[in-house]
Amino acid sequence: MLRWLALALPVVFGGCATTNADPRDPLEGLNRGVYAFNDKLDTWVVRPVASGYTKVLPGEIRDRVRNFFANIADPMIGVHNILQGKFEDGFFDWVRFGFNTTFGLFGLHDIASDMGYEKHNEDFGQTFGRWGLPAGPYLVLPFLGSSDIRDGIGLGLDYYFDPMTGVRDKDLSYGLWGLRFVQVRSDLLDASRILEEAALDKYTFQRDAYLQRRRSLIYDGRPPREREPESGVNPQGGRDVDNIAAGGRP
Amino acid sequence: MTKTIATLIAVLALGAAQAQELTPPDALVKQVTLEVVDLIAKDKEIRGGNRAKLIGLINEKVLPHFNFISMAALAMGQSWNKATPDQKKRVTDEFKTLLVRTYASALAAYSDQKFDFRPLRARPGDTDVTVNVRVLQPGAQPVPIDYSMEKTASGWKVYDVMVGGVSLVANYRTEFNNQVRESGVDGLIKNLSAKNRALEGTDKK
Repeated sequence: MLRWLALALPVVFGGCATTNADPRDPLEGLNRGVYAFNDKLDTWVVRPVASGYTKVLPGEIRDRVRNFFANIADPMIGVHNILQGKFEDGFFDWVRFGFNTTFGLFGLHDIASDMGYEKHNEDFGQTFGRWGLPAGPYLVLPFLGSSDIRDGIGLGLDYYFDPMTGVRDKDLSYGLWGLRFVQVRSDLLDASRILEEAALDKYTFQRDAYLQRRRSLIYDGRPPREREPESGVNPQGGRDVDNIAAGGRP
Repeated sequence: MTKTIATLIAVLALGAAQAQELTPPDALVKQVTLEVVDLIAKDKEIRGGNRAKLIGLINEKVLPHFNFISMAALAMGQSWNKATPDQKKRVTDEFKTLLVRTYASALAAYSDQKFDFRPLRARPGDTDVTVNVRVLQPGAQPVPIDYSMEKTASGWKVYDVMVGGVSLVANYRTEFNNQVRESGVDGLIKNLSAKNRALEGTDKK
């Protein structure tokens, strides 16, 4: 084990000394290693399984599966909205859970959305971000992919508080988690193919998209303006580049 | 007399230009989106995976409403000012090819979904607005698609698209900067071009 570490360390830190050091990604060398591993695993195992899942099961059934897992997540999403001071949103997350669990047959049907109670997207990472905790260095987690220090800690807490974590029966627990992962990955099949086509360097493109996406989620699609230290040049005259970089509205 | 006719023509031309300008940005986005989604839905070949035909459709219907020079300039950031006019043109052309393909893939993937066109929040005199569209899908939070648009002499033009809070143009900035730092603007052009050729190759298979 020690010898393995001694061999791995120079590779990891040697990889960090790239010319394109990004201040948000000081562990780039290590991250790229994990990314390469995840990418191989995805190509050979995860993606084929997910794509088989979409081919075997009709869309109607896959919608039910997605709705079921979405529904059991709503109570915690409500807690997060309340922790972030969005009491109305939190209240309606529980209303959603109530309607969908009863009239929606254990969450198989998302009738609450049809009634106009929109689904929200919240987790511990977003709550911490809303409270002002910094993201910390970008991280690529083995198996799970893009994250950062804050979201990684958040993910651990998300797992701890997940209703499925309480399932005692081992076979049922593995089955549920397996199905949930396959369902999530199958929903991303189109997106991952587009990423593959669009990116010059997949690693950089995915990292930047993740960081932008999380920032947008923390502020529910309305992030405040952020000044980037390296830009500030106005290529067109009259337009604020920083504004676009931060994803802000003109 | 000739002067009167000339004035008349000028007035008519001006009137025509203004009439063209009158399509408000939100109406334009809605009209083009619905038209393209409808054309995709009706076309068996495109639904069957004919990429060349889909890209042709995007080129004809969507491309005229994008300002690719603005997009390339914003993606390049500081490097844009250092590039020669010829380099600028080549970056813009290659970037355009890549973006059209990406946009075609995205549209093909999401054309089955329901769209929710949000009312425009802008003041009457604004020349730079964001048009919000949302893609609704069962069991998930709606995905916002925000078009950043600027008013030009030839109508409203898109200069950035944000999907789920991810700005396409900003997302290319790191990549473009890295490439320029490593191998200059010509290196970036070479890489963009190689990427486009490789993707064309996969179409033919």
